Amino acid sequence: MFSGFMVNTWIAATMVAVIAGVVGFFVVLRGSAFAAHAIPHGSFGGAAGAVLIGANTILGLGIFAVGGALGIGWLSRRGRHDVATALALVLMLGLGALFLSFSVEYAAAVYSLLFGEVLGVPADELLPMAGLGLACVVAVAVMYRPLLLTSITPEVAEARGVRPGRIETGFLLVVALASTMTVPVVGVLLMFSLMIGPAATARSFTSSPLRAIGLSVAIALAIVWFGIAIAYLTNYPVGFFVGTLGAVSYGCARIWTARRRTRTVAVVTEAVPLAAR
Amino acid sequence: MSQVLTTLFAPGFFANGPVRAAVVVGAVVALVTGAVGVFTVIRSQAFAGHALGEVGSAGGSLAFLSGTNPLWGYMGIAVVAAGLMEVLGLHRPRARDVATGLVLGAGLGFAALFLYLDTVSSSTTGVTVTILFGSLFTISQPMLPSIVALSAIVLVVIASCYRMLLLSSLSPELAAVRGVPVRVVAIAYLAIMAVAVSLAAETIGTILATALLVGPPAAALRLTKRPGGAMVVAGLIGVAAVWIGIVLAYDSFYWPPVDHGWPVSFFVVAMVFVFYLGAGVVAAAGRARRNRRMGTLPAMGESGCEPHVDADAA
Repeated sequence: MFSGFMVNTWIAATMVAVIAGVVGFFVVLRGSAFAAHAIPHGSFGGAAGAVLIGANTILGLGIFAVGGALGIGWLSRRGRHDVATALALVLMLGLGALFLSFSVEYAAAVYSLLFGEVLGVPADELLPMAGLGLACVVAVAVMYRPLLLTSITPEVAEARGVRPGRIETGFLLVVALASTMTVPVVGVLLMFSLMIGPAATARSFTSSPLRAIGLSVAIALAIVWFGIAIAYLTNYPVGFFVGTLGAVSYGCARIWTARRRTRTVAVVTEAVPLAAR
Repeated sequence: MSQVLTTLFAPGFFANGPVRAAVVVGAVVALVTGAVGVFTVIRSQAFAGHALGEVGSAGGSLAFLSGTNPLWGYMGIAVVAAGLMEVLGLHRPRARDVATGLVLGAGLGFAALFLYLDTVSSSTTGVTVTILFGSLFTISQPMLPSIVALSAIVLVVIASCYRMLLLSSLSPELAAVRGVPVRVVAIAYLAIMAVAVSLAAETIGTILATALLVGPPAAALRLTKRPGGAMVVAGLIGVAAVWIGIVLAYDSFYWPPVDHGWPVSFFVVAMVFVFYLGAGVVAAAGRARRNRRMGTLPAMGESGCEPHVDADAA
């Protein structure tokens, strides 16, 4: 499990989990799950186009991801945000369907682009992944304070001179960068699940941003490693394990916090008569 | 005249069975998604609408695996997913967003598993493409009656709870005061949307389901503010987009490279997008005309400190 080609898999999956954990925290905080789904999913059309003209897949993914991020930003200035996201997504997927129809032997690659082909990462993809991943983390670190401000108290952010529109576009570009790096390796589905599940779980345990980011990365790592190990042993698609584990971890977190709340309520109700006495 | 017709409609267009089915089903689905989608846009539930279509594809691939009718697979999973979203999402908008994302992630996970099993059991990789992208030209004819019947049911339900739905979409607080069961209406609407979207996703593919659910209603709401009128306009825009898309896709067999049809999904999505942008232009022109007739800039009229402007307009 840890020999030969699997070494690359473990390295790539670890990088993906770290990026997804960090970026995902802000996705959940800002309530931009739809954009986080639409950008990687739509960039798939770019990969289809790149295959058609014989260009580099990562280049095609990157162009579509960045174009999608800018398109969502541009369209939502003139209309509703979720409508803009949906229209940008279907437009990119429509182009993808067009490109796909011209390249016949692509059908198998569609499955791996959508659901990931984590067991078999070529070694020469690791370095560009690391570079793009580093760029993502640096961008999030630079935008950390305005991102938090515009997410939690938009009024205060505006009073301080932060432009919410620019921060939103910048954040969408970070999501685009993260998708470009991860989609060829883990696929659209895995990337999305890893951004939502761990971050939502972490947020229900702690309200401190830095601690939540750390926890979200840790949970993402656990889910990915666990998912790859089971997928390797059972031969079932890794996307299934990662997708369902994210939801399961969030469900456990919700049950845990609900039980803690009832316990707190019980303690309080016991304490009140004591205080009254 | 006939020459114009043959350049518009390539030979054999009207005699072709799959094309006729596509024209009928496409129009029915566009009318239903147009009516349902107006509330999707007003309630800002485009993400939920898209997610239900994608999650439904898990049901589609499960049905393919077990040999049952894919339409019931789509619909069953989509309705279950809608219930889960509502239970997890509670009332806060951001929690709703995350809940939708979690259900979508899990649903896509199951889709990955079922599609993998489909591929293993039938040793064809084409299933993935068929289920995810769909095609108007591969509608099975025996399904036509159930598609039409389901569409009619959705339209009747929407029409009968129109007022409750509208009130609780525009102002939940006011609706609650008036005694409308807002939570029940929300669940019922999500279920209706699940039925409409899975109907569309099964017949015309997930991409087009989202495009028709969101695009024409958003365009219609730019043209008219009355929801009832917007439903009609959205239906008309949807039907126009689908029919133009079908004609272009059929004609594209004769475009270079010859004998290779372009996908109908691409044309319909492009038409929806064109209608959406066009509606924005028309709405902006209308606003500008109204402002000119009032003889004022909107900012000055609203400030109320320029009395002579009002006199001018009168």
